Parts: sequence; structure tokens; C-alpha cells
Amino acid sequence: MEENQKPNHEKLDEGIDFGVSRLTPEKIEAAINAVFNRETGARFRAYVETCIHCGLCADACHFYLSRDKDPRFSPAGKVKQTVWPMLKAKGKVDAEMIRQAARIAHTECNLCKRCAIYCPFGIDIAYLMSMVRRVIHKLGATPLYLQDTAHSHAATMNQMWVKGDEWIDTLQWQEEEARAEFPSLRIPLEVEGADIMYSVIAPEPKFQAQLIYQMAAIMHTAGVRWTMPATMGWDNSDMAMFSGDNEIMGRIKRAHFDTAARLRVKRIVMGECGHAFRSVYDMGNRWLGWARPPIPIVHAIEFYYELLKSGRLRIARKYEKPVTLHDPCNVSRGAGLHEMARYVADQICEQVVEMHPNREYNYCCAAGGGVINCGPPFKNTRVLGNKIKAEQLFDAKSRGAQTMIAPCHNCHSGLHDIVHHYEVGLEIKFFGDIIYECMEKE
Amino acid sequence: MHALYEWVAGPLTWVAFAVFVIGLVFRLVQVLVMVRKTEPFIFTYMSWKFSLRSIGRWLVPFATLRWRTSPVMTVATFAFHLCLLVTPVFVLSHIVLWDEAWGVQWWALPDAVADVMTVVVIAGCLFFAGRRIVRREVRFLTDASDYFLLALTAAPFVTGFLAYHQVTQGAGMTIAHMISGQVLLAAIPFTRLRHMLLGWLTRAYMGSEFGGVRRARDY
Ligand code: HEM
Ligand code: SF4
Ligand code: SF4
Repeated sequence: MEENQKPNHEKLDEGIDFGVSRLTPEKIEAAINAVFNRETGARFRAYVETCIHCGLCADACHFYLSRDKDPRFSPAGKVKQTVWPMLKAKGKVDAEMIRQAARIAHTECNLCKRCAIYCPFGIDIAYLMSMVRRVIHKLGATPLYLQDTAHSHAATMNQMWVKGDEWIDTLQWQEEEARAEFPSLRIPLEVEGADIMYSVIAPEPKFQAQLIYQMAAIMHTAGVRWTMPATMGWDNSDMAMFSGDNEIMGRIKRAHFDTAARLRVKRIVMGECGHAFRSVYDMGNRWLGWARPPIPIVHAIEFYYELLKSGRLRIARKYEKPVTLHDPCNVSRGAGLHEMARYVADQICEQVVEMHPNREYNYCCAAGGGVINCGPPFKNTRVLGNKIKAEQLFDAKSRGAQTMIAPCHNCHSGLHDIVHHYEVGLEIKFFGDIIYECMEKE
Repeated sequence: MHALYEWVAGPLTWVAFAVFVIGLVFRLVQVLVMVRKTEPFIFTYMSWKFSLRSIGRWLVPFATLRWRTSPVMTVATFAFHLCLLVTPVFVLSHIVLWDEAWGVQWWALPDAVADVMTVVVIAGCLFFAGRRIVRREVRFLTDASDYFLLALTAAPFVTGFLAYHQVTQGAGMTIAHMISGQVLLAAIPFTRLRHMLLGWLTRAYMGSEFGGVRRARDY
């Protein structure tokens, strides 16, 4: 039958394949039962036992919609191929099953939770998939690239193996560059008692240093009392959260919060990143036992909103090209910032063309949830798996949009690949890019 | 035959109700104890306001994104569940039995209306079965147990319909009706039909998460 999973002996991923090659039935059984019976509880049971197999969640998922409605890509379909057999066999499944489960949970689900608003019972399939990832993690079969970032987190407390001196060098380099434009600009390091600690994700110092420049320019222009840490704890990203390595996730988050506490700042402001935001208000804080982040954390969207609304930042001339706004899952469906994002977009752009669906109903970029971090072996999975996004963008373009604002790093990269592959022809920008370009720079 | 009827209408009915009620209460307690033991943080996030906001939305046809985007299913499932829950409680012949047993009475549906509602339940089950065959995403999730649950649900209504219209001679059909109804009641706590109970809880939790933490709509 077309829908049956053919055993696939092709190479999948070095990390998965190597991990799986070392598995024994005993190890598999122990890991599954440890996670499903001991680490999870009522929620996991209730989700699995309540699902009535109605398939209403299918239309939520961009993978399903993009793959000609192949049911293997539907949310409950993914549960059927992973959780059900593991539970039914009480953990006695074979290594090939684990291999396929790693592929499904890690590369064919973005943990975007769109399906949670499609299921009449509110069954959280993203949560079920992250529990499958947890099993895979315990079995040492995490995709190679993702595992590498988790290792980097563990060893350096940042995602990209950025060394301590490299970090400070990069900030000083950006400060120097920016002082050509704003002679008195500083990127203040280690200022105890500042109002704000600004934190970024490691790809910024690694290869997008101009984003730090732009934020420094915005902070400077708005007269914010801010600081950045010179120690580890500056990176707010958290790929361990997606690799199922909760222990490392907790360590990273603790380092981030501790650093802000050490600097005695009032708030943490973080750059335009979605998953990092999820890690502080949803996942990491809970693992550490905080119902809410222990120090108020403000996403860049909300920060820009405050600066524009209060008039601390003024726009000299609005961005002229019509823009469309992509709502990243983790800041809209995840944290309700979509109306603020619209306020900001309206303040800085001449014209905003909505894409449909939008706000918390928006389709995921297919890069999130650690999928893009699984690297080149799965680039096609997410690009071909998001044809629906390309259609959504084409539609916005046909109504005039020329630029797309994507206030999230993962979305940015994922959408870049989609725009490129389907030749959508939209320019992609962060809010920061446009604000920096259009603000009054006195 | 009469002794059998008496036995099915009497003791067996009480057994079925007892299993149904105690089973559901047991399930509820089990879930709550488990939450307390393994995930007490869930109580931290539960909010009456957002639970009810979510449940309220989902109880109204076309009030959620999903109900609007699947209109046929929405009409079918609301008609099905409404008739499924209302008919057995308000059909005259059941009220008569309550009256005989406990001397309580309440308003009854006109027989013709109850008849139509019975047909709606049966049609609903046929519709769900058809969906399971025709729609790929549902077929992929379907195994024998799903058809079994549909048959289990339809059985008391089919037999009730036949008994009412006296399609067969004697009390056989009525007894079949009573037994199938009792089996259904007793099966609810132990099959996926327990969504009748757990569905409210999962919805309330998701509503609370979306309302309180995510500040977004879950409907
Ligand atoms: C009292 C509260 C109940 C609620 C809120 C409820 C809700 C739901 C929902 C949301 C679904 C999902 C799919 C759909 O929309 O059709 C569903 C399916 C279903 N329910 Fe219920 N239900 C309840 C009680 C019952 C009871 C008591 C039964 C049977 C005795 C039942 C039988 C079914 C069946 C058979 C389906 C599956 C349809 C299929 O095969 O696709 N429900 N229910
Ligand atoms: S990718 Fe999103 S919609 Fe699809 S199954 Fe995962 S969480 Fe659900
Ligand atoms: S919509 Fe909900 S109940 Fe229906 S199949 Fe999907 S997860 Fe299960």
C-alpha cells in the first residue's frame, strides 16, 4: 500500500545511522520506557488516550499540505508512526523503527503547535514529538548537525563554538565600526545595574555581526541604559531544547538568567529570534522550576514597540516598498506578539500587505524546532515540505508585497531557502534592518 | 423471555450505570493524582477563565478556525453528539423506566422527534465510517478498533429504532437494545470514548496555556 512505510536502508544521517547501529533491543526498551513511563505523566497519557483518530489535525500541518496531503506527514500520522508502536510494544521495537522515528520527530515536525489549534481536544502533538526526540536523545541517535550544536552549547555555553575572546573581539569590532557613524556610541560591557541586558544568539557574532551593530545603533539613538555580558551567558539560543537534551537546556538557561542576575539588570532584551524566546518563557524556565522567566524578558518586537510608541525612537522616512509580515510561531502562536509586530510594521513601513493565514494561524517556516539545525542532509525535507509557504508568499506578492519581514533567525534562513527554491522573489528583512535604515539618527 | 427482560432491565442496567459512573470518576481521579505526582506544574498554569474561553468556543459550531474550515464535519459531529447525548435522556420510554424505578419524571421528546434524532446518530456513525474509508488522512489513522467503536455507538440506536418500529416480533429487539446500550455505557471509561471526559481536560489545559502563557487563540 502506498501509505505503508517501506523499510528504507539508504543513508539517512550520520548521527542517526551511527547511533542506531549501536542499539540493542534492551537499550531501546529501556529508553522508551524510561521516557514514556517515568519522565512523562498524565499529559502524555491523556493526549494518546483521548485522540479519537479523526484526522482533523491534518490540515494544520505545512508538511502534510505541501506533500500532496500524504497522511504520513499529518500530525496524528506522525504519532501513529512513532508513539503508537512504541507504546503498543512496550518499548520492544527494532532499531529500524527508531531510525524512522528519528527522521519523523526531528526533521518532519517543527514543533510549531499549529495542529494544537486544529485538534478539537487540543492535543499537543509537538509535545509528543519532543518526547520521541527525548527517546532518540537517550539512545544517542540525534541527527549529527543538531547534536553538534548541542555539544557546542555544553562545551562553550553558546551554539556556535564561539570562544570567549572572539565574543568580546566581535563586540569591540562592531563598536569601532559603529563609531564611524555615531562617534559617541558604546557597546557597554559588564555594566552592573544597567536597565537592560541585551542577549543574542550565537550566529550573530559568528556571521551576522551587522545585526549587533544595528541594535547598538538603535540602543544608542534611543538613549537606552544597556549592557552586554563579557562572560558566557550572552547566548540566549538553545538547541539542546530541540535535541531532547533537557539537562543541557537547563544549564544554558541558567547561565543566561544567572548572568542577568549578576549584572543586576531590570530586564533582558533579546534579538529577533523565536526559538530562543520559546526557551525562556516556555521550556527552559519550566525545566528550572520557574513558572515564568525569573527576570522579565522582552523580545525585540516588544522592545521596538515600546521605543516607537513612547517616541524614544522616531522614524525619519518610512520604508517605501510594500512589506508582508511573517509571524514566527514562537513569538505569535507562542507568545502573542503579533499585534505589536503589526504596530511596529505600520510605524516603519508605508504599506503592510497581510499574508494569509496570519497571526497565530500562520504557517511555520519549516526551519523551526531544530529542523534547520539538522543541516544539509535535510534541507530538501524542509524546503519541499513547505510548498504551501511558497504559495502563501506568492499570494502576498501578487497583492503587492516586495519585502517580507521575518523577525526570527530560523524563519529568516528557512524562508530564504524557500524563496530561493521556488523563485518567489521577495526580499527578506528583520525589523531591525528596516528600523536602522529608516530611523532618525541624531 | 420475561425473566431475561426483567434481569436486563433491572440489575444489569444498574451494573452498567455503576461501571460507567465509577469508571469515569476513577479515570478523573487517576488523571488528577497522576498530574499531582508527575506534573504538578500543570495546576500552576490552569486558569478557569482561559479553560472556559477555549471550551466555550469549541462548543459552538463554526466558532473556531477548525470548525469553519471543515463545515461538513462540523455539522455532522454537532448533530451527532447532540442527538447522541440528548435522545437517551429525553426519550419517553426511558423516562417511563426512570419513573417506574425511582418515581422521577421530566419533559419528554415527542416520539417523532426522538425517532429523527435516533436516525441522525446512526447517520452520524455511517458518516464517520465513510470518512474513515474515503479520506486518506483518516484512513491512515484507522484500524479495526475505530470501526468497533462506531458499531458500539450505533448499536443501541439501531436496535432502539428497530424495537420502536416493531420490525421484529417479541421482546428480543428490546432486550438487544438494552444490552447494547449497557455495553456502550460500560465501555466508555475503558475505550477512546473516554474522550467524553478527558477531552474537556486536554482542551482546558491547552486553553490555559494559550490564554495565559502564549497569549494567543487556540480556536
Ligand atoms: C460529552 C461530551 C463529548 C464531547 C465533548 C465529544 C467530542 C468529540 C469530538 C471533539 C470528537 C472529534 C471528532 C469530531 O468532531 O467528530 C468526537 C468524536 C467522536 N465521538 Fe465524541 N464527544 C462526547 C461524547 C461522546 C460519547 C458519549 C460518544 C459515544 C458513546 C461519542 C462518540 C464519538 C465518536 C464515535 C466519535 C468519532 C468519530 C469518528 O470515528 O471519526 N462521543 N467527539
Ligand atoms: S510541524 Fe507543526 S503542525 Fe506539523 S505536526 Fe509538527 S507541530 Fe503539528
Ligand atoms: S485532531 Fe486531535 S483527536 Fe483528531 S486525530 Fe488529530 S490529534 Fe487525534
